[in-house]
Amino acid sequence: MQVTAMHFKRKAAENLSNEKLQRALEKLQTKFVNGRAAAIAELPNFDQIRNAAADVRERVINNLDRYLLRFEQEATARGAVVHWAETADDVNRIVADIAVLHGVQRIVKSKSMVSEECGLNDYLESQGLNVLETDLGEYILQLAHEPPSHIVAPVVHKTKEDIADLFVDKHHRPRTTQIAELCREAREVLRPGFLAADMGISGGNFIIAETGSVLIITNEGNGRLSTTLPRVHVAVTGIEKVVPTLEDVTTLLRLLPRSATGQSITNYVSVLTGVKGRDDADGAEHFHIILLDNGRSRLLGTELQPMLRCIRCGACMNHCPVYQNIGGHAYGWVYPGPMGSVLTPSFVGLENALDLPNASTFCGQCAVVCPVKIPLPDLMRHLRNRQVERHLRPWQERAALRVWSWMAQHPALYALSTRVAARLLRLFAGGKKRLSHLPGASGWTEERDMPAPAGRTFRDLYRVGRRA
Amino acid sequence: MSARENILARIGKARGPAAAVDVDDVIRRHPRGPIPPLEKNLARLFGEQATRLASDVVSAATIAEVPDLVARYLGERRLTMQTVCWPGLATLDWRAAGIEAQARAARGEDMVGITGAFAGIAETGTLMLLSGPQTPATVSLLPETHIAVVENARIVATMEDAWDRLRAEYGTPPRAVNFISGPSRTADVEQTVTLGAHGPYRVLIIVVGDARANPA
Repeated sequence: MQVTAMHFKRKAAENLSNEKLQRALEKLQTKFVNGRAAAIAELPNFDQIRNAAADVRERVINNLDRYLLRFEQEATARGAVVHWAETADDVNRIVADIAVLHGVQRIVKSKSMVSEECGLNDYLESQGLNVLETDLGEYILQLAHEPPSHIVAPVVHKTKEDIADLFVDKHHRPRTTQIAELCREAREVLRPGFLAADMGISGGNFIIAETGSVLIITNEGNGRLSTTLPRVHVAVTGIEKVVPTLEDVTTLLRLLPRSATGQSITNYVSVLTGVKGRDDADGAEHFHIILLDNGRSRLLGTELQPMLRCIRCGACMNHCPVYQNIGGHAYGWVYPGPMGSVLTPSFVGLENALDLPNASTFCGQCAVVCPVKIPLPDLMRHLRNRQVERHLRPWQERAALRVWSWMAQHPALYALSTRVAARLLRLFAGGKKRLSHLPGASGWTEERDMPAPAGRTFRDLYRVGRRA
Repeated sequence: MSARENILARIGKARGPAAAVDVDDVIRRHPRGPIPPLEKNLARLFGEQATRLASDVVSAATIAEVPDLVARYLGERRLTMQTVCWPGLATLDWRAAGIEAQARAARGEDMVGITGAFAGIAETGTLMLLSGPQTPATVSLLPETHIAVVENARIVATMEDAWDRLRAEYGTPPRAVNFISGPSRTADVEQTVTLGAHGPYRVLIIVVGDARANPA
């Protein structure tokens, strides 16, 4: 997927004044935030489970190569083919080669964020293959030629009226804005696609070293259809998704849907192991599993390593006051919200996503709700440090910081300058309590007033207080 | 070097030799994580949780009662009596209940699918189905109505218990283990939950047998 994270500020500003989007985001916030809170409250030993989940992920990440090798061994023993991909382009080529190998024409796809990383659909279509997204949200986006704006609720930015118009345009059926009817229409349009497909592509929420299985969770059932009906199944996932055992994945499943949507479990959890048996009534005859690196292994051994624990629930964005106000598209790549503010610079380069680690108030909610205890604010702070070290910040900011640091090291001068500044600002306020515009800081005062300094500086007051 | 070797080399280098764990030993022991406290009456808990997730739940004293219960359920909802079922259930007297049950994998046009279940998981009200020659996965997936028959004795507390049972009875998992928790659903349009997405619109669970048969 093309990176547009460099346009963060412009996109964020546009989205802030987009009333329709603001209403949709408000709804998302209440549903997901309240839903998670209620679901967590039902687990009396939530903290214990959360510690165990973080521990499972951390242990795997510390021994990633060993668990991946065991996974490969088990999966291969069951007749699956394991492919390793360094980059997004490699994934695209591998999938296209598999399609050629098995004479595939028609492909159905269930939701996969890794395939969004790769821009897989566009590539396969450029190779003359027919690709149908089958998650309702992703299907709508495919019709509209738009990227997802949330990893769990990809069309949160669209209203039912938008979707009704889109369906009339593409399906040529009578217009309806009834949500249940829109869902049935999509089902009826997509069902023949499932039945005719030669290949199903899925992601993998987890891969299990013990059994060589790929685990996928869905609510719609499209994941099951995509991996049951076509004769070829390709699962695309990141190398970090491996977990040791069925017990470990069960611990994680207690938290993933609760954190994502407030569900105790998703409608479907499918554990897929190997190919169709000789007498089996259904299932894929060919099972290919593609393990993508794309920058993940480079995070190992660095301060950013905890990010590899991520299980992609989206709780960090649901609870983020920045995401809640600007929506997902502003982040300019696959992963929005705090997780994106760490993943995007890590995967596509810090220089291409300068604003993202700064798109945070550091309120800390993301770390509080993360089911695997990723210290997201610390990671964003680390990326900010790296930006400074690599001289990636704008010269004005760097100059201002240098001046401030010099002043801070000269207390007398610092005290004098704050005293002067306070007096100047008071003068500028002209007797009013608030400043409604400030030269050089119009961006700040456009939306809110700055309180005018009330009197003396803190240092002066402190000195007086001590004397008294 | 291949992508595989490159990736593994980078991981190995970052890890260093010190941190190694015995992966095979961890997998052999497969220790459980913390489990939430659960009500002791598993059949009741299973029924409550399945109902919460929008499954319909009824019980039957014996398997012979199943066809009548199915007929009543379909009749009340004015649904077709043409069904497709797992081969293992074909021996029931469906015809006496007015039902036509074809024992085979489901096709796109089938409206009602009847399956068994390997286990019921009380913690979340979840059905666990295994794929296989006699248990086609399509029957619980393609039709608009899914009816599942689960033996009371196969209701376990947690997914961990179900894994243990799977290991004991099969060793390794079959091609597909499907956990099903109610009708398919989507909330993609305006975050409004709508039942019936790509899978069934409704799920009826028939719990068969005496609760006392369950050792738990």
